[in-house]
Amino acid sequence: MGGSGSVLPRAELSEYQELTFLSKQEILLAYKRFSELLPKEERRDARTARVPKGRILTLPELRANPFQHRICRVFSTSDSGDDSMSFEDFLDMLSVFSDSATSDVKSHYAFRIFDFDDDGTLDRKDLEKLVNCLTGQGEESRLSNAEMEQLIQNILEESDIDKDGTINLSEFQHVVSRSPDFVSSFKIVL
Amino acid sequence: MSGLGAVAEPSGWRLGNRSSEVFLPEEPRAAAPAGFLQELPSYQSALRRRAAGGGTQERRAAPQGSAGLRAAEAGGPEQEGGELPARPAREYPLTIAEKRRLSTFFSWVLNCCPSSVASEAGTAAAAYKDCQQADIKHLSGWKQWKRTSSKSLKKVLSEVKELSSYLKLWRHDIHSIEGKFGTGIQSYFSFLRFLVLLNFIIFIVMFSFVTLPSIISKYGIFNSSFAKIPPKNIEPHCTVYKPNGNKGLVYFYTYLKDLLSGTGFLEVTSLFYGYYTIDAAWFSVLRYNLPLAYLLATFAYLALSLLWIIIRSVEGFKQNLVHDEDQFQSYCNKVFAGWDFCITDPNAAQLKHRSLQYELQTDLEEERLKRKIADRTMKEKLRIYSLRIFINIIVIAVLSGCFYSIYRATVFSQENSSDVGNTNFQANLLVQYLPSIVITLANFIAPQIFSILIGFEDYSPAFEIRLTLMRCVFVRLANIGVLLFSLWSHISYCATDKCKACGYNYELYPCWESEVGQEMYKLMIFDFIIILGVTLFVDFPRKLLVTHCSCKPIQWCGLQEFGISDNVLEIIYGQTICWIGTFFSPLLPAIATVKYFIIFYIKKISLIHTRKPAAKPIRASSSNFFFLVVLLIGLVLAFIPLGISIAHIPSSKACGPFRSFNTSWAVVPDTINGLPTGLQQVLYGIASEAFAVPFFMVICLVMFYFVALAGAHKRVVEQLREQLVLESRDKLFLIRKITEAQSHP
Repeated sequence: MGGSGSVLPRAELSEYQELTFLSKQEILLAYKRFSELLPKEERRDARTARVPKGRILTLPELRANPFQHRICRVFSTSDSGDDSMSFEDFLDMLSVFSDSATSDVKSHYAFRIFDFDDDGTLDRKDLEKLVNCLTGQGEESRLSNAEMEQLIQNILEESDIDKDGTINLSEFQHVVSRSPDFVSSFKIVL
Repeated sequence: MSGLGAVAEPSGWRLGNRSSEVFLPEEPRAAAPAGFLQELPSYQSALRRRAAGGGTQERRAAPQGSAGLRAAEAGGPEQEGGELPARPAREYPLTIAEKRRLSTFFSWVLNCCPSSVASEAGTAAAAYKDCQQADIKHLSGWKQWKRTSSKSLKKVLSEVKELSSYLKLWRHDIHSIEGKFGTGIQSYFSFLRFLVLLNFIIFIVMFSFVTLPSIISKYGIFNSSFAKIPPKNIEPHCTVYKPNGNKGLVYFYTYLKDLLSGTGFLEVTSLFYGYYTIDAAWFSVLRYNLPLAYLLATFAYLALSLLWIIIRSVEGFKQNLVHDEDQFQSYCNKVFAGWDFCITDPNAAQLKHRSLQYELQTDLEEERLKRKIADRTMKEKLRIYSLRIFINIIVIAVLSGCFYSIYRATVFSQENSSDVGNTNFQANLLVQYLPSIVITLANFIAPQIFSILIGFEDYSPAFEIRLTLMRCVFVRLANIGVLLFSLWSHISYCATDKCKACGYNYELYPCWESEVGQEMYKLMIFDFIIILGVTLFVDFPRKLLVTHCSCKPIQWCGLQEFGISDNVLEIIYGQTICWIGTFFSPLLPAIATVKYFIIFYIKKISLIHTRKPAAKPIRASSSNFFFLVVLLIGLVLAFIPLGISIAHIPSSKACGPFRSFNTSWAVVPDTINGLPTGLQQVLYGIASEAFAVPFFMVICLVMFYFVALAGAHKRVVEQLREQLVLESRDKLFLIRKITEAQSHP
């Protein structure tokens, strides 16, 4: 448990319930886990404190995730660009990854997570980095160049409707809406 | 549309390699090369959509104050007139701070700002306000009340849902399995949970309508009594049934033997059909027609199972139907939905990486193989087809071998277990369990043979897996059918006239339904013992060997994989036995519930400690649908033996609720004849050909219509896609022309 003396006031709790897809229990659990990431002195103001990226990545739910850096980058609202997360960022993240989030919201954020160069489209380099994240770091776990070419060619053939060589948000959302596994795999539950 | 929308993006944009490079890449954000591009309606809406999505640059760069307004401006996807559906704030992909501003903005728009200001703030806000106001204008007292009550109902429902998620059985266990092993294996455990619930509900149905009234009336509680009417027009020798209830002193091991084989003291309990030898039960003055209740409860549990399975599989079916890719899932599904975000364990993550790599490589290889197959010559095709026919003949031979051995084993067991003089405990038990043993052996050996044979048939890997699974399913379910068939041929075998008068072999099987019930009971118990035994005596020693002994062959063998399909087929086999057996043994579902409950824990422990996850994963979506389809096949196959027993084979005259009827089904026409004439005529009308044939034709027409509709939709989607491609090409062409015209005036 630790010394998390502060507790979420009820008004805040119901506001978070309105603004996210999380239930009351889930928000309280998130608060508890978030306060545990803070050093003891800061736990009183858990709602306004920011947790540095390194501490966030020690969470078991993110520790083994190959997209951990992208997730922190996408959900962090830090002005200094250090990808630190406040409690509301954390809640945002859990809300998008929760069971009850709409597929629309999920696919939107998935697009942003996969967009490694943040240019608003998924081009070949993004797709290549994405596949490398999936197969794991390390030389022997990467696909060969020919296989990568073939794979990216297939992906673009299936999802690039206007044939411009990149996948934009609407094309991505269209292809993901037909994907049966997306909603069940794009899920994190504390 | 896409390329143009990216004009204002900082890191430039690129046209498809088809068209020449019209615009320089990495142009700074400030000046778009062609001014008119920003006036295009598609660009405007894309910009609005991106602002609503809060593209990272917009989010970081935008000053805090205006973010809310801009988001509100971008409020809805469709701007051109029409009603704007005001979505709840949480469905916008924004940060919490922005959503907070959005919802305060909306409530401000709604409450205090006049329409003119709202329209300046953006069409979305104005439409939102108009929408809400229009509602308020028309709201009479009734509608207001409806609105508030629906809101509070939604709140109550969400609270109930939250509470019920706590009550879900094994919620925490399944969640931790998901985290460690991924969603494929988790779907197996969810399926197991579903079966526990299904069996429990079936047990409740049978217990409350059949067992409970019988027990109450037999013990005379609540002023009840039962009537045992001796059947008329039946030869007296058919009605003799003296079950050996183990009265008096017997050896202890007889109890054990009886427990394991359902004979002796168990035979006279309410576990088996023979107990329910009641023709009617009286509760004070109410007459409870037990035979009819027995039959209707059977139909009820079958219908309930069918309905529940269909409802659960509708979701997966819709996706499989919509999914128009040919063999397995498309590459996009594998890549975009490939990573299980639920995985928390680094080892599991490592395994997942490897399995994803393997899967992608296999698929790419399969595609190359398909191209190779398309290039096959005639001679090769001939060779391969003749090889496949030969292997299918071998498969059929293996199946016939299995069926024949089961038939012989059943006959042998039936002949020798009626030899009461044999008091050798173990031998007796072995003979009793011989059919179960042979079936289990067949279920184990046949799939191994199939997986070896399929290697020679040179199919694509995806099809290989499917075909092997189908063959294994067929083996398992057909084995039960052969067992029942051999039982029945034995039961209905009549040589003497006396026997023919009863309709079944009254000497050996005075109460044949109890016999069948006992066989099903034995199958179920044996199945459970095998699962327990394999886990204790094969998995754990293997794990001990692998961890402590480091010699090469053992390490190469390694740990067993958790084969999802094998495990699923195992429990579906058990469930089919339960469905068939419940008619003959009404308390069997309770045993099944307890059995699956224990199996959950056994499998969980075995998975965590002794197994490694499969290298070739099965995807969660397809596996859910596949399990339910096979379960449905099992249920439909269970209809056949039940139908034959109920409607074709004469019910035993010595025991059971159907003594006074020719067959078990005969109680239904009998009851109908007791109904008022009007109702009788209606029911006869429904069952006659004059109704059935037109009904069948109408159903065929409706199905044909839906199939045609689905085909038409598919064609429309194809056409729209083509049109989209053509339009975008046209647009690029026109833009090029215009820029050329502009630069050379």
